[in-house]
Amino acid sequence: MSDFRPFEITDRPLDPAPLVAYVQTPGDGAVVTFAGVARNHFGGRPTAFLSYEAYAEMAGPVLAQIAEEARARWPIGRVAVHHRVGRLAIGETAVLVVVAAPHRHEAFAAAAYVMDRIKEIAPIWKQEHWADGEAEWRE
Amino acid sequence: MISVRVRYFAGHRDIVGQAEQQMALEPGATVGDLWGLLVERHPRLAGYSGRLLFAVNQEFASPATTLHDGDEVAFIPPVSGGV
Repeated sequence: MSDFRPFEITDRPLDPAPLVAYVQTPGDGAVVTFAGVARNHFGGRPTAFLSYEAYAEMAGPVLAQIAEEARARWPIGRVAVHHRVGRLAIGETAVLVVVAAPHRHEAFAAAAYVMDRIKEIAPIWKQEHWADGEAEWRE
Repeated sequence: MISVRVRYFAGHRDIVGQAEQQMALEPGATVGDLWGLLVERHPRLAGYSGRLLFAVNQEFASPATTLHDGDEVAFIPPVSGGV
């Protein structure tokens, strides 16, 4: 746990437990965990697997910046975001967003906001590897 | 002349054929100038004009940002984190 970082790009499988442990404090009655999971289809076309690439040196700080944006909008506690890179099989977790807050409404709203902003500005790219063998960046 | 390190990702890297390169520029060149130069060399990049983000030294920048010797410039194609 000593190397835990709340905002991280990693090529290792994601585990929500350390993020939940990090965000939870005695003043927070709500902890929302969102997991984005690789699914086997996109727009009706079968997907074999996904791969992700990131501008890792920048993406970590951008995730922290997004958390600060959320904190400016809602009274929330700690936030942790981990995003996976490399090849992911169907069913593996690509991203974890974990938000703590005194009350649930703020925790849900902030978690949704953080995920939306990741999709807008975090320098991370998904490549869809279709079941028919073609590959395509989602950009 | 100044020298900058240019980083390419995702579809950009596929078009350019490398993940990064050093480029020499006139002093006072901007991020937008550099993008224009790259589009001339790699016309397929033109499809990204107007829908990409820019970063200098790992912070968001704009086409008007002036470059300095030793800067790291990244052209960020539309991002697609999450699932």
